[in-house]
Amino acid sequence: MELAHPNAPVSLLKGRSPLDWLAAALLAAGGLFAFNRYSAYMDGYEQAFLLIAIPVFAALAWAWAGLRNLLAGVAVLALSGVSLYHADLARAEQVFLLKYFLSSQTAIGWMCFLFFLATAAYWLGLLAKSEFAEKTGTALCWTAVLMGATGMLVRWYESYLIGADIGHIPISNLYEVFVLFSLITALLYLHYERRYATRKLGAFVLIVISAAVGFTLWYTFSRGAHEIQPLVPALQSYWMKIHVPANFIGYGAFSLSAMIGVAWLLAERGILASRLPSLAVMEDVMYKAIAIGFAFFTVATILGALWAAEAWGTYWQWDPKETWALIVWLNYAAWLHLRLTKGLRGSVLAWWAVVGLVVTTFAFLGVNMFLSGLHSYGEL
Amino acid sequence: MPRTFARQLYELLSSMRFAVSLLTVLAIASVIGTVLKQNEPYNNYLDQFGQFWFPVFESLGLYSVYHAGWFLAILTFLVISTSLCIIRQAPGMVKEMRSYRTGAREASLRQFAHKHLTHTGLARDEAQQKVSEYLLARGYKSQSKVQENGVLIAAKAGSWNRMGYLLAHSAIVMICVGGLLDGDLPLKLEMMLGSKHVTGLDKPFAEIGPESRLGPQHWSYRGNVFLPEGKRSNIAVLNVQDGALLQELPFSITLKKFHIEHYSTGMPKRFASDIVLTDLQSGAQLEHTIEVNKPFEYRGVSLYQASFEDGGSKLKLKAHSLLPGSMRVTEADGTVGESLQLTQGSDAMRIEITGFRPFNVENMAQPSVAEKNTLAMLNRSLGSGAKSADGKDLKNVGPSFSYKVRDAAGQAREYNNYMMPVEQNGRSYFMAGMRETPAEAFRYLRLPADEDDKLTTWLALHAMLTSPKEHALIARRFAAQAMGGPGVSDTVRTRLADTAERTLGLYSERGFESLGKFINDTVPEPEREKAADVFVRVLQGCAWEAWQLTRERQKLKPLEMNAARADFVRDSINSISDSFLYGAPFYLELDQFEEVKASIIQATRSPGKNGVYLGCALLVAGVFFMLYVRERRLFVLLKDSGEVLMALSSNRKTLDTDTEFARHQEAIESLLNHGTRTP
Repeated sequence: MELAHPNAPVSLLKGRSPLDWLAAALLAAGGLFAFNRYSAYMDGYEQAFLLIAIPVFAALAWAWAGLRNLLAGVAVLALSGVSLYHADLARAEQVFLLKYFLSSQTAIGWMCFLFFLATAAYWLGLLAKSEFAEKTGTALCWTAVLMGATGMLVRWYESYLIGADIGHIPISNLYEVFVLFSLITALLYLHYERRYATRKLGAFVLIVISAAVGFTLWYTFSRGAHEIQPLVPALQSYWMKIHVPANFIGYGAFSLSAMIGVAWLLAERGILASRLPSLAVMEDVMYKAIAIGFAFFTVATILGALWAAEAWGTYWQWDPKETWALIVWLNYAAWLHLRLTKGLRGSVLAWWAVVGLVVTTFAFLGVNMFLSGLHSYGEL
Repeated sequence: MPRTFARQLYELLSSMRFAVSLLTVLAIASVIGTVLKQNEPYNNYLDQFGQFWFPVFESLGLYSVYHAGWFLAILTFLVISTSLCIIRQAPGMVKEMRSYRTGAREASLRQFAHKHLTHTGLARDEAQQKVSEYLLARGYKSQSKVQENGVLIAAKAGSWNRMGYLLAHSAIVMICVGGLLDGDLPLKLEMMLGSKHVTGLDKPFAEIGPESRLGPQHWSYRGNVFLPEGKRSNIAVLNVQDGALLQELPFSITLKKFHIEHYSTGMPKRFASDIVLTDLQSGAQLEHTIEVNKPFEYRGVSLYQASFEDGGSKLKLKAHSLLPGSMRVTEADGTVGESLQLTQGSDAMRIEITGFRPFNVENMAQPSVAEKNTLAMLNRSLGSGAKSADGKDLKNVGPSFSYKVRDAAGQAREYNNYMMPVEQNGRSYFMAGMRETPAEAFRYLRLPADEDDKLTTWLALHAMLTSPKEHALIARRFAAQAMGGPGVSDTVRTRLADTAERTLGLYSERGFESLGKFINDTVPEPEREKAADVFVRVLQGCAWEAWQLTRERQKLKPLEMNAARADFVRDSINSISDSFLYGAPFYLELDQFEEVKASIIQATRSPGKNGVYLGCALLVAGVFFMLYVRERRLFVLLKDSGEVLMALSSNRKTLDTDTEFARHQEAIESLLNHGTRTP
């Protein structure tokens, strides 16, 4: 997620491992195969997204071996799932591997279960100072992401099996974006876990992921929200493919920073202080998360405005969702001003980050629950 | 004194504290407009807040917060504050970006947070060259300057960070200014100066004068064009305050056809309008199809598929009288959006036809018993995301239309009738919905369809059972049928006939209501249930006889009783009883229709858009530069004594800076000591 490190060796190509090259080659082959086979069904923008996705994912895979392995695993599982379907949805009930592992609902169910286990493992590791438990937490977290991402991709395929006109990327309603949120937040966390070489923050970050997973489960069982629905005309646009993920990188990063803020505030008061990383490290992670969240949230809001101009006739009309996006943006803009320009550190910023989660949650969920507007794509 | 005041004001407005306060105030002010629904009709607010608070909130501009003077003032202050920040910071920043600070003194370098002292055995020139090469390879640009006790290599990287600041902050100014230009500020000024007034829309456009019209050259606007199929318009309606203004477009739009497509679930899939634009200046014509997410721009005006409505569908109606004993049918032609006169008995009634839907998709599944077993629930949620948790059975139940019947007092009841019978529990009903206020849900009269899927039998039965002059005959025939055996005396039969006639008499007053009242008044409590049962059975028998009587009069063969016909009789008695609460003396049947759709096309002109988009691009660039390019300055002072002082400064204090300095320190140290580290 980090941009190229300013002090990284100048040559990107030298010293690459064969696995890196293999990953890039497979990504290119897969992307070009998809382009060759399906470009006739895509508009120009979607073709561009597909082609740009190849170098972007290759760069991410090169920069982060863990992500590279994840991509490989997701590719294997998702393609197995897709091929087991034989274009017949009923096989989700009949084929053992589909029914209990690879069909979208089951895979997402595994993701939920594994995230809960990971949370427990991280907490055990933190409280018992057990490195083994922490490592287990990391492994479980990666596996959860693997299953969740597989579930999302298989769901994408399943939507086309319902009907060619119904198929669409699974980021179109509240249920789907909650899964996306869990995945993105977990990946951001795993990134910081590696960069700062500490697994101690997992216990805190996984709480927010578990909460999202809990909501997803409630939403499934109580509201049947997992059912794939066709897209209303306003959502039938290539913009969705970039606006929604960019937004959720923002939401995920802000949530992560808030949980680090909680850990910081506890450690400052001496609670768990001996078990958590130093205040300076947590402070730095908090800043990094807000920085990346802010950058992507800026992009996402602008993409939203561009899309609004195309779908609703104006780039800004103070719709509740737009207004709350602005409020979130202003909140973190103020945070960054305080830290970067005023050089402020310490508890004010930590508290601010925690309050930021409340603002972010309201923008993400509260607007859908309590306010009505054009942007109501997931009601409770 | 005035100079110092101006200076102080300048410093306040361009200060960081002021900027952060503004961001916070703007965020809080924005909340108001999301909590209170904006731009609703003023009457809604009046209902909500009452006579006292309504004008208070109105003067605060709370019904349109984002266009209120005070809100625009906050935005203006944000623009001023940001502009002054840029003006105040820019010259220094540009100078900073250019400068290498080769004049830095040893004493000041010793004050840096990141500094390191070491030695070198290399000659000065060689050391200088090695360090410069190293820095270049690490992305630093450097300059050297000979100072009195050695040479200073001053290097810098990440100067674009400062550029990021300038880009992002000018972007905010551009976005706000562009947005203000596209907002309704110019229009507000015109209205304040009194040259334009809002108007009501209760009269034709042609009668609305120039004081409520805006010319095609008007700067920026956003309004709706209502276009029935086959019609043409060059007027967009702008909703302003509690009224409207008419915006003339530089072209006229003709709607050739409006398309609406649905998924099998009844959810809308595609809305599209085939339009013809006619340039009002050149007369040039062009055809285009606009869809949701696919707008079209012509002469600076963008056209969007905003919504759709009924454009005046033509309905052929049959009014079946529900007056007692009447079988009168009146034919009428109606148009959606218009009203028609209908005479029933002695009353003339106005019927306003309010809507028409060519089809309705309903979930016909029986609600299943919820599974309580956790394992079963889990099992159900495994598998694909395609299957439904609660089995749905979606069916198109055909067209429906709605209308209002207004009584003499001006009170209107609303009706919603389906054209075709709807199947429920294996039986077919014509659904006739009624509600007294828009806040209620429709309550449906379920009129059973006969064996030909028509309403004819029910209507005949209704006329018979509500007609007092038929009651004696029906009662007699019922008694003869029920007690037709030779062993029954005439007096018993007559008594039964009398009971039946009285039952019919009561029933034809107010249905079960008057029967119930009669039972309550005359039968002691313990026997009421039994009595009611008897009455119902008598009614059913009478209804059956009435049915046969209508057939006899039409010279049709009598029918055999069976389960389906018994159901029909029961349903008929229930619905005839309910029809007393229907509130209208007729049932309006939709016989034929010719649908006319109307598209609502939004026309916008926003010349500030390009500025806003450019600002957005700059903002993204600026934010990434500011957050991801760290400005660092690395100084290496090679002293003649062989001492080497390294120092690093950065305008971002993060852990990255610490690790980076540690790395440079180690690398340069080993460089200057032939790969061996000094102890």
